[in-house]
Amino acid sequence: MPPITWYMYVSAALFCIGLFGMMTRRNAIAILMSIELMLNSANINLVAFSSYTKAHIVSVGSRSVDMMLSGQVFALFVIALAAAEAAVGLAIVLNVYRLLRHINADEVNFMKW
Amino acid sequence: MTGHQIAFIVAAAVTIVSAVFVVAARNILRAALFLAFTFLGVATLYVLANAELLAAMQVLIYVGAITVLIMFAIVLTQQLMGAKLTQVTRVKAAMLALVAAGAVFAFIAKTFIAPFKSADGMMLSAPKPADAGVLRQIAELLLQPYVVAFELASLVLLAALVGAIVIAKEDRD
Repeated sequence: MPPITWYMYVSAALFCIGLFGMMTRRNAIAILMSIELMLNSANINLVAFSSYTKAHIVSVGSRSVDMMLSGQVFALFVIALAAAEAAVGLAIVLNVYRLLRHINADEVNFMKW
Repeated sequence: MTGHQIAFIVAAAVTIVSAVFVVAARNILRAALFLAFTFLGVATLYVLANAELLAAMQVLIYVGAITVLIMFAIVLTQQLMGAKLTQVTRVKAAMLALVAAGAVFAFIAKTFIAPFKSADGMMLSAPKPADAGVLRQIAELLLQPYVVAFELASLVLLAALVGAIVIAKEDRD
């Protein structure tokens, strides 16, 4: 099995690539894609730690459950919220495009004064 | 070097290389395609960490839904597909961003990852074996201790759905 640090390196690399994309891209959709990369990197860490830590058995109701699977449950929540974020973000991008005919994030400043 | 580790290296390489293309590709549609490959690589990493449910969800939601959503947004916002798609800001700014991202990576590697190299006895054990009970246990966790968060997540999804429709709807009056 790969050591857990390998997962952490992949996750950190993915996070930094997403950070780089977020800082350099102008297209709002590309920025959203970079944010998805960063969310995925967080999920890799959650899943790796939940499957590499010792089982912590707790009885829930009448069944016994490994509480360390909470990491996977949390990753599921992150995926669900990322889907919601993508839907709302892309709807906003479409609206901006309708108003300005472009989606360059650095030129969308009509709410500034 | 076991077969498991070789599989991990291959999956990680696919993930990282296609992620680099996501942020570096000039054509935004191509970047979206590489994003799908990144998500598939991450799903493979989940399988290698014995998280099959997460891998299935990753393929269903990220590869199946979010990538398609992003492609629809690209198609709807670019009048000329593939043309006039200069994405990146100035070269100098890109260099600065590269340095900043590299610094963040070095920081994470030094402060967060290095302590785990010698943490065998602390709390980390060999990965748990994959068995059919994991799915049941995740279901128990979702519906017993985390039931409030579970229901709130469905509420958030509903609100986001309605909100997205309201925001993206064209005003015809």
